[in-house]
Amino acid sequence: MARTQSARAAAAGRDIVSRPAAAGVPKSRAPRSRRRLRKAVELTVLIGPPVVLFVGFVIVPMIFAAWYSLYNWSGFGPLNDFIGGRNYTGVLSGPVFHQALEHNVIIAVLSVVIQLPISIGLALLLNRRVRGRTFLRLAVFAPFVLSEATTAVMWYELLQPGGPVDAVLKGVGLGGLVHYWLASTSLVLYTVFVVATWKYIGFGIVLLLAGLQGIPPELREAAAIDGATPWQATRAITLPLLAPTIRIWIFLSVIGSLQLFDLVWIMTLGGPANASTTMLTYQYINGVQRTQFGYGATVSVVLFAISLVFALAYQRYALRRDTAGALTRAVM
Amino acid sequence: MTTLPARLGRPSPRRGAVRERRTWLSVPAGYLVILLVLAITLAPMLYMIVGGFSTTAQLNANPNALPHPWVWGNYAAIITSSIFWQAVYNSLLIAVVATGLAVALGSMAAFALSRYAFRGREAVYLLFVAGLLFPLNTAALPLFLLLQQVGLNDNRFGVALPEAAFSLPVTIVILRPFMRAIPGELEDAAIVDGATRLRFFLRILLPLSRPALITVGILAFVTSWNAYLLPLVVFSSQDHYTLPLAVASFQSTYTQDTARVYAFTAVSMIPALAIFIFAQRKLVGGLVGAIRG
Repeated sequence: MARTQSARAAAAGRDIVSRPAAAGVPKSRAPRSRRRLRKAVELTVLIGPPVVLFVGFVIVPMIFAAWYSLYNWSGFGPLNDFIGGRNYTGVLSGPVFHQALEHNVIIAVLSVVIQLPISIGLALLLNRRVRGRTFLRLAVFAPFVLSEATTAVMWYELLQPGGPVDAVLKGVGLGGLVHYWLASTSLVLYTVFVVATWKYIGFGIVLLLAGLQGIPPELREAAAIDGATPWQATRAITLPLLAPTIRIWIFLSVIGSLQLFDLVWIMTLGGPANASTTMLTYQYINGVQRTQFGYGATVSVVLFAISLVFALAYQRYALRRDTAGALTRAVM
Repeated sequence: MTTLPARLGRPSPRRGAVRERRTWLSVPAGYLVILLVLAITLAPMLYMIVGGFSTTAQLNANPNALPHPWVWGNYAAIITSSIFWQAVYNSLLIAVVATGLAVALGSMAAFALSRYAFRGREAVYLLFVAGLLFPLNTAALPLFLLLQQVGLNDNRFGVALPEAAFSLPVTIVILRPFMRAIPGELEDAAIVDGATRLRFFLRILLPLSRPALITVGILAFVTSWNAYLLPLVVFSSQDHYTLPLAVASFQSTYTQDTARVYAFTAVSMIPALAIFIFAQRKLVGGLVGAIRG
């Protein structure tokens, strides 16, 4: 599919200016300057509004945030208490922020180490001819479309002490596993991770299934003829060909982990005792709830910078090998 | 994927004969895994739905028993409450505005970026693509401060506009290759017949792009429908609460009344799941297209 698409793209990508086809048509009698003007007007009409919306609500707020981050500011009244980089030293040297960043990183690492292999395994399973495959795919993807808020409220209820999850564990003779899932400082972050896995794993599976469908089955068949076991064929053929999809998944997953908020806030408020706080819950508590918006804006800038550094590094070291994929091509 | 020689895509004549032996999946283990995954995925949602038919006293006595008797009261109370419908209305209004703007402006930008040659085209595209790095949550607080400056605080459009803006990157990334792939001959023919390029865009390109437009529309809609942090920061009056805010605040209001919270949660799942079942093929297909470029 990608092949025919790029071939057609090449055909369609002809430059309007160098297009010879319009010769002999009434339009071509218009003087060259008028055509140029017309093109400029069309482009302005087409691209002006989206650029204005994007710059206005994506770029400008970040510039403002960088500006506010230099002030001690409650969000109301004039900006007159310039404090230079003191917000930054406050954020970057604060132990709670370190904890929050550590939690974000733990979630990101766990995603790659645990969620990714599970997703690959299930995608390989669902890529076979299984009875009811369509329904299965639908089912595993369903949690992804639920809102984070609904998911969080649901799991909050299910994980209450003596609640449904505990009752199920007791029912199957695993009563010894019952814990204070959301109230134990040593456990809560992992509970959040499990809920996040439940919510997001379907997305990974669907993405990987799409990647698997781009791999011609003949490759595996040829390997089978040559005597490769299914496991060898998977390791030597399927996984390497799936690598571009896996790299995109890792990218999206890490960016998502860095901005984790909704699930955590509703289930734990970042607690108990900051045991599940993330950079964004830290921002919400210290910026919004305490109305220290200069400080909150600083967290935004730091989070922005971390995402950017990760994206550039990942681009440099991981994604550069991919030749396909809009994300890749564009950022390169 | 794109570098594979074309002949590999041709079905081999002996395909049936050499199909790989089915090994571990044909064993019950594969099905066992699948059943387990299905149970873990679906059980929590089913549990909420069924639990909503219990009373809180029943749930406290035995959380995992079926409702006995089944009561409709929790669901009836929610379906008739103004909190629920107001939240649905707010969510719908915001999502429709955000989706409409994202699709309209995104397709305009994608058209210009795919079928015009002009200086700085790739730079503009890169600007939009860079937006993929920053999900809406990252910018919620700066957006709140901006909205305060322009007087859009506690305003539903103050949420819809940024959501549209943050949906533009993915919209453009999906639409641009799609619009590029539509043959140039069509455009030439339209021009020969005396159409302007804008007319070609409106009358020919947009209708042809319908599958991709539906995909980006659903993506923008679901993103807006599920958004939590931005509305949480922006809305101070409960009248403006969207469904995710309403679910979360309902839970903290009725902490003791578990069955009612179950019912509200279950009802709040319905719109998203309905959209999903209606549109799953398009949504998944579009995501695939976006990844493969």
